Amino acid sequence: MTEFSPGSALIGGMLLGLSVSLLMLLSGRTGGISGILGGIFGASKSEWPWRVAFIAAMAGSLLFNPLFGLSEAPLPNYSLGWLLAGGFAVGVGTQLANGCTSGHGICGIGRFSLRSIVATMVFMLSAALVVWLAGGAYV
Amino acid sequence: MFKVVVGLITGLLFGLGMNVSQMVNPYKVLNFLDVSGNWDASLAFVIGGALLVFVPFYHFLIKPRSHAVNGEPIQCSTLKTISPKLIIGSIIFGIGWGMVGICPGPAVASLLRGEAAIYWFLLSMLLGHYLSKRLFSRA
Repeated sequence: MTEFSPGSALIGGMLLGLSVSLLMLLSGRTGGISGILGGIFGASKSEWPWRVAFIAAMAGSLLFNPLFGLSEAPLPNYSLGWLLAGGFAVGVGTQLANGCTSGHGICGIGRFSLRSIVATMVFMLSAALVVWLAGGAYV
Repeated sequence: MFKVVVGLITGLLFGLGMNVSQMVNPYKVLNFLDVSGNWDASLAFVIGGALLVFVPFYHFLIKPRSHAVNGEPIQCSTLKTISPKLIIGSIIFGIGWGMVGICPGPAVASLLRGEAAIYWFLLSMLLGHYLSKRLFSRA
């Protein structure tokens, strides 16, 4: 069980919105994390530095958690095979679909892109179906 | 240099958003997807909060511009068709997301936790991304 937390969810979401807004306005890039990460393969040399900076700063944001009274919640106890299969599917799927929760779910929907609206509905449904088949959140 | 600084600031904001909203907690994600079980609607507020900021920002400040502030073109997907690739990719992404409750953003924001599970997930995800790019880049 997790507690419904609309307040922190809304504030966190607004930070995500501010991030992708500034990235697009200032540098002209879409804040899709699968794209920023996956684009490392075959990205031109000029695209490397900002991507590395983005990823490093994003990872480093964890260090600010104590400042906000946050602590990292424990992860589910995945089996290695389950984890690798899940990760592989996320990698293949986001590459084929050109985006993930941030690229399609925020940037694409925000631009009112029909492709992104459809993609988001499809991956949410497919994920919900998997959780239902697995019998909940494995708690 | 400007682009790297933008990358640092927006990466930090994105990471903070991931932590504050608790998107980094796979149980929050899995419980959001578990509509018929222990449903936790918080994640809807994350996307809502992000769109609350990005939608006006994009439509009033970004869309009217021909270029980003740094002079580069604003790179948004120009694809319009709901292709089989989009649908299949979204289904596959949803399967992986529903299996583990981790998508690319939370994985990067959790890098510094030092949890082996996150590294296995990322490794497998990048492998999936790379292989499908190699196999389907012409499709």
